[in-house]
Amino acid sequence: MEYAAPTTVDEARTLLADNPGSRVFAGATDVVPQMRSGRPEPSVLIDLKRIDRLMSVTHDNGHWTIGAAMPTSELTSNGEFSGVFPGISEGAGWIGSDQIQNRSSLGGNLCNGSPAADSVPAMIASDARAVIAGTDGERTIPVADVVTGPGQLSLADGEFVVEFEIDDPPANTGDAYIRMTPRTEMDIAIVGAAVRVTMDGDTCTDARVVLGAVAPTAVRVPDAEAALIGSSLDEAALAEVAAAASAAANPINDKRGTIEYRVQVAGVLAKRAAVLAAERARA
Amino acid sequence: MTAIENPKTYKWVGTRPIRHDGYDKVVGKARFAADLNLPGQLHAAYLRSPHAHANIVSIDTSKAEAMPGVKAVVTGDDFPALDITDSNHDVSINVLARGTVLYHGHAIAAVAATTKAEAQAAAAAIEVEYELLPVVLGIDEAMADGAPLANEQNYQKFVGPSDPSNIATHTPLERGDADAAMAAADIVIEREFDCAHVHQGYIEPHACVVDTGADGKANVWASSQGHFMVRAITAAVLGWETSRIKVTPAEIGGGFGGKTTVYLEPVAARLSEKAGRPVKLVMSREEVLRSSGPAPGAKLRIKIGATSDGELTAIDGWMAYQIGAYGDFAGMVGAMSVASYKFPNLKLESWGVLSNTPKTAAYRAPSAPHAAFAIESVIDDIASELGMDPIELRLKNAAVEGDLTAMGMPHPRIGLVECLEALKASDHYQADPAEGAARGVAVGFWFNIGEQSSATVNLNEDGTATVITGSPDIGGSRASMALMAAEELGIDVYSITPVVADTEAVGFTDVTEGSRATFATGKAVVEACRELKVELCRRAAQTMGVDEAEVEWVDGAAVSPSHGGEPLTLAAITAQAKRTGGPLTATASLNAAGAGPSFAVHCADVKVDEETGQTTITRYTAVQDAGTAIHPSYVEGQMQGGSVQGIGWALNEEYIFSSDGVLMNPGFLDYRIPVASDLPMIETIIVEVPNPSHPYGVRGVGETGIVPPMATIGNAIKAATGVRMTSLPMSPPKVLKALGDGR
Repeated sequence: MEYAAPTTVDEARTLLADNPGSRVFAGATDVVPQMRSGRPEPSVLIDLKRIDRLMSVTHDNGHWTIGAAMPTSELTSNGEFSGVFPGISEGAGWIGSDQIQNRSSLGGNLCNGSPAADSVPAMIASDARAVIAGTDGERTIPVADVVTGPGQLSLADGEFVVEFEIDDPPANTGDAYIRMTPRTEMDIAIVGAAVRVTMDGDTCTDARVVLGAVAPTAVRVPDAEAALIGSSLDEAALAEVAAAASAAANPINDKRGTIEYRVQVAGVLAKRAAVLAAERARA
Repeated sequence: MTAIENPKTYKWVGTRPIRHDGYDKVVGKARFAADLNLPGQLHAAYLRSPHAHANIVSIDTSKAEAMPGVKAVVTGDDFPALDITDSNHDVSINVLARGTVLYHGHAIAAVAATTKAEAQAAAAAIEVEYELLPVVLGIDEAMADGAPLANEQNYQKFVGPSDPSNIATHTPLERGDADAAMAAADIVIEREFDCAHVHQGYIEPHACVVDTGADGKANVWASSQGHFMVRAITAAVLGWETSRIKVTPAEIGGGFGGKTTVYLEPVAARLSEKAGRPVKLVMSREEVLRSSGPAPGAKLRIKIGATSDGELTAIDGWMAYQIGAYGDFAGMVGAMSVASYKFPNLKLESWGVLSNTPKTAAYRAPSAPHAAFAIESVIDDIASELGMDPIELRLKNAAVEGDLTAMGMPHPRIGLVECLEALKASDHYQADPAEGAARGVAVGFWFNIGEQSSATVNLNEDGTATVITGSPDIGGSRASMALMAAEELGIDVYSITPVVADTEAVGFTDVTEGSRATFATGKAVVEACRELKVELCRRAAQTMGVDEAEVEWVDGAAVSPSHGGEPLTLAAITAQAKRTGGPLTATASLNAAGAGPSFAVHCADVKVDEETGQTTITRYTAVQDAGTAIHPSYVEGQMQGGSVQGIGWALNEEYIFSSDGVLMNPGFLDYRIPVASDLPMIETIIVEVPNPSHPYGVRGVGETGIVPPMATIGNAIKAATGVRMTSLPMSPPKVLKALGDGR
């Protein structure tokens, strides 16, 4: 196994193309444990953290650009970003531990392909887009379209995520991410729920509800969104949100949780995330 | 805080000096076993069983032996077969399987190579042909008529090797007439409980370095709770005389009972002998969880009868402990550990039951936590049915001196009542639980043990001292030994260097277990110091020209009224040692009796999220009788550590096995030990009811702290939700399900 540290996207693209079996990484917080647990070593491990474009965050003309390899601790400590997208910041803030977050990245969290990735549901709820570099240049797709199943990505060989784009939310919009873990931290979500709402006074005018860890990928819940839109997040609406979220949950039984538990708690968290997002939208 | 003033006042005992080994540990200089590297050292790796139960038809190591870097390969055939009645038989077939693998992860072979990666690659290249055998995983399954055997070589202890059995031990205990008392009781509550296997979760994985020389002698550096134990078991498994083995204790990164046995050292010794080079063998975390002993799982049925005014009249209990595939004694202790209440009528039986799971090992008060979880839960339900305060009910029935344990042994002076009173008077118990929280309390008991210890105290020529013992320091015992020596000799605690010496530099000492080091090894230190004081007075009398009987040892100096009361300091006497009879040194060795039991009472306030089943502990207080706290900070540390491990056991820790016996969560991500943010500050109240069998009144404190937390938290959950949890861990999915079922 070789290690390479390109300083430009083009250099990284060439390394990937020229080395079959190579693999990019950002923080290596998933890659290294995977190799230690016996997954085959890549031919070349390509470190993306020396490429400036992947390590920066900018806010221009109503949209944000976030480098895919930037440490999540830089994002969560970015007061302006966290003020606008508290839900994304919350999700990023649950990855591993403080020490891990000095290495972990939004790009890595997404491209590891885990249905439980904490930063992904809130990114989807804010319609985040992924800019992907490949042998033929760059393309931009919704974050929701990157992961196709556990550990499975829509990216072709030689492609990697360069950065994320997120538009400034409309006025009176708030987002939130809540997860259930048996421990308070250093854990992996059994259920995660991100909600983003736009409020007009007490009435919700737009909503996104996204669940993590209860299906092969993070999933949007259109029925829960429909229940929120037009409502004042009254008890009846929230009960509908919970029922829709539970219905959309399609989890597995594993060592981390039962189907029964995940289905039930998906509803609870969707409801709670909606209430928190609305509070933030009104603030 | 200390609730009850110990009547004795001391100068050093009861103070909180910074531990003598603290600097090395803080700056990273302390050497743990895996920190040691020797010139020419090889690295070893295991081949472990992929099956939970199988006969080994053949092992072919030829490919592995031909691989790059490989210097030696060993299998069970490289070790003598011990007789089934030999006390080291089970550990010997656990160290490396002989003919049959008994659990998933059972070691089959080991390879020593130039690098760890080469050793691992070679271990994976060893070819083994298996013949699969039925896997026995649960207690009911193992105890059923006609059950397949988990281990064909196991025979029930005390019954004799008549028939192989899934039962290791059966322990019935009875007094009075429990059936009649139950029939006459005003209230009877019976419940069934189960407990998952949990692991001790020490931070430091098992590790050793062994250098077997051409002279046939082995130098072993090991992380263990007792290096004489490592020497004895290593010798037995290898078929060697103990004099061929020297074990040097490395610093130990936690043991909690899990390092009272041996896994690695005989294997590393044989590999080193074969290769002619030192061999380092370090378990991964996964190996620790799969292949080193967890605490048993258990099923229990407990029935308790009481009068309407809260007098507990009878207990009828059935307890089965799942102890792995080897006949060990863990199952016996459950019934024996019933000792907190008077119970005039008692009928208990506990079972040790085999299964194809890892061989269990001791874990802080082994087997008592399971029993206490069940019994203290039922007692709590009796209190709430009768509308009695849970402390009052316990005070009414609490065992005192002269009351009998389940084994029929009368208690010596004990401090359960004092602990209950201390909790009752505490800030915590006097204050209401926080908004939305509710409270639970429970009691814990542990016997404690004495066993054999040795200590040598050498006085240095400048009046300082070296205190040498054979007890690995797993909880601050160096500081405690130094404090007791300082108190005896009357010199500054920092003038004393406490040393944990190797097997060739100090007298035989049993394992640091049973909360015994400060009690028993401390007693040896005190005895050696007292012998020295007699000698110091004799030398002083000689120097002063007075009669020996007229000299007293006061505050670190010999004083004689007939010599004008002018003190002759320890330093002045040691400076003249050469002229007065030579070096001043003393050794004491003993088999300590009278380890006083330690009782604890815990109190927890919890909030339960009734939509997610998650329990949050908002306040926690541990009260425990330490006899006399030699170093109160380390007593508190033991109380807090036991509480935290118990909280983990209560809420989230569990071994999750697949249906074919594979541990599904062999890492700290999914084996959920609490993290700091899961816990409130663990408040501590040290109660001091001195143990009459120790010169300073010490009771061991290391183990009792893990006994009460599971019932304490279960009782608090009941108070918060009205639902009685009977299954450990009380994890969010189980609590949510119980809340759903209970309403």
